[in-house]
Amino acid sequence: MRALRILSRSIRDSFKSAGRNFSLSMAAITCSTITLILVSVAIILSYNVREITTTLEKELTIVAYVKKEATTENIEELKRELNQMSSVDNYNYKSADEWKAEMKNESETLNTTLDYLDNNPLLDSFIVTVKDVTDLKSTTEKIRKFEFISSAEYGEGMVENIVGAFDVVSKGTIIIVIALVLVTAFLISNTIKLTIYSRKNEIEIMRLVGASNIAIKLPFIFEGFILGVLGSVVPILATIYGYNFLYDKLDGHVVSNMIMLVEPFNFVFYVALILLAVGSIVGMFGSYRAVRKYLKI
Amino acid sequence: MKLIKVKNCYKVYKNGTTAIADLNIDIDKGEFVFVIGSTGSGKSTFIKMLYREEKPTKGDVVVGGINVAKLRNSKVYKLRRKLGVVFQDFKLLPKLTVYENVAFALEALGMESKEIRPKVMKAIENVGLKEKIRNFPSQLSGGEQQRVAIARAIVNNPKLLICDEPTGNLDPDTSREIMGILEKINQELGTTIIMATHDKDIVNRMKKRVIVIENSVLAGDYLKGSYKAHESVKNTK
Repeated sequence: MRALRILSRSIRDSFKSAGRNFSLSMAAITCSTITLILVSVAIILSYNVREITTTLEKELTIVAYVKKEATTENIEELKRELNQMSSVDNYNYKSADEWKAEMKNESETLNTTLDYLDNNPLLDSFIVTVKDVTDLKSTTEKIRKFEFISSAEYGEGMVENIVGAFDVVSKGTIIIVIALVLVTAFLISNTIKLTIYSRKNEIEIMRLVGASNIAIKLPFIFEGFILGVLGSVVPILATIYGYNFLYDKLDGHVVSNMIMLVEPFNFVFYVALILLAVGSIVGMFGSYRAVRKYLKI
Repeated sequence: MKLIKVKNCYKVYKNGTTAIADLNIDIDKGEFVFVIGSTGSGKSTFIKMLYREEKPTKGDVVVGGINVAKLRNSKVYKLRRKLGVVFQDFKLLPKLTVYENVAFALEALGMESKEIRPKVMKAIENVGLKEKIRNFPSQLSGGEQQRVAIARAIVNNPKLLICDEPTGNLDPDTSREIMGILEKINQELGTTIIMATHDKDIVNRMKKRVIVIENSVLAGDYLKGSYKAHESVKNTK
């Protein structure tokens, strides 16, 4: 019961204090609002980039063409060799005839063109997927050295550039987010520090009459929590409504149909939860830091 | 029965200043003791050690069975709940009324409101401020403010009341009033009172035990009324 009373008193005091130091509290709230909006943008951006990267990476395959003169045994040998390669995840063998049938199905023009030709101009081929995209280049080079392979391609250049660029964006946003979170923690910590100063007498008297340390500290920790939570309200609303609006406006994809955005439902609520958690934890952490440093008890 | 036992106590500050050296004092329950000494004598350090605002460097300071020297920061509140402290500058909260200032002490301990009210009213009655419970500190005279501070210090029925120059800011008449209240608390509630002061008139008039600290050491411990005689001998020398 006593603990409950101390708890309710702490909550009451923390609201009072946040109101009493209105301008300071507003500064801390505004700062955490801005930070959390940027955190939200960063999360949305990096999550989408990750999704797009994964989609693109799934598309990354090596196409290896088999020489015309290769016999059935040679092809079997190639299959064995591919099986032995540790970097290879899977492969799919397609004979020249299968290619031809597929192409004829795809369009009328191709159908007629291919019918005119006596011989099948296409080559047998392997479509190889790798376990790790970074092994794509080395695996292709190894395959090229196989005796009965005429050529092997994996879309050099462009794909690597895109993946590389996305990687930079991803890492960059993480660094920015960490820096912003630290700045917010520092600002909340400073706000609490000033609150502590403005309530110095009160704290001194509390200590003198024998209030336990936890009873003295709790209101400040709550105050940090409140500041953090209030700071996350606008970013949460902005995330939910903003992302939905953006998704509708862009029709769910960027540039081409290949680059799809993450669906808003559920996703925005996860982001909202993260923002709330970041806001409250950073708030509490900031005030805990101030309490430890400036409340010499 | 001893309430306070100070044994071979030393206090050396970080800058090397020795504030207290080899101090040995016993104080019984229910005593009224004056602690006197000039500025910088170590008197304040001694008073502060009693409520663990300062920690002895060596030796023991046992207050109500708690050894202050061994008390960890996080456990200081256990000692503070057994005693009350009154200061020269009252230390009241300006935005709270008389009643709220006294109740604050109990609220901070997490006491229930219905338990708080009778205790607060009794403490305020003891210092004779019943008519002014709704006033704010700024609406009170210095003497009245000190009475509120005393009420706050005794509201939890402490065994020990430490007064650090409580009359330092007050005129002689008001000082006499405050001393009357302290005497009443000592007599009627049986509270042990330790009071640091510069005011020799009060010390001489009250005829209580007097502990003199000079140059960091115990310079004298005079039983009831004998301090005045000591002073007059010293002055004629």
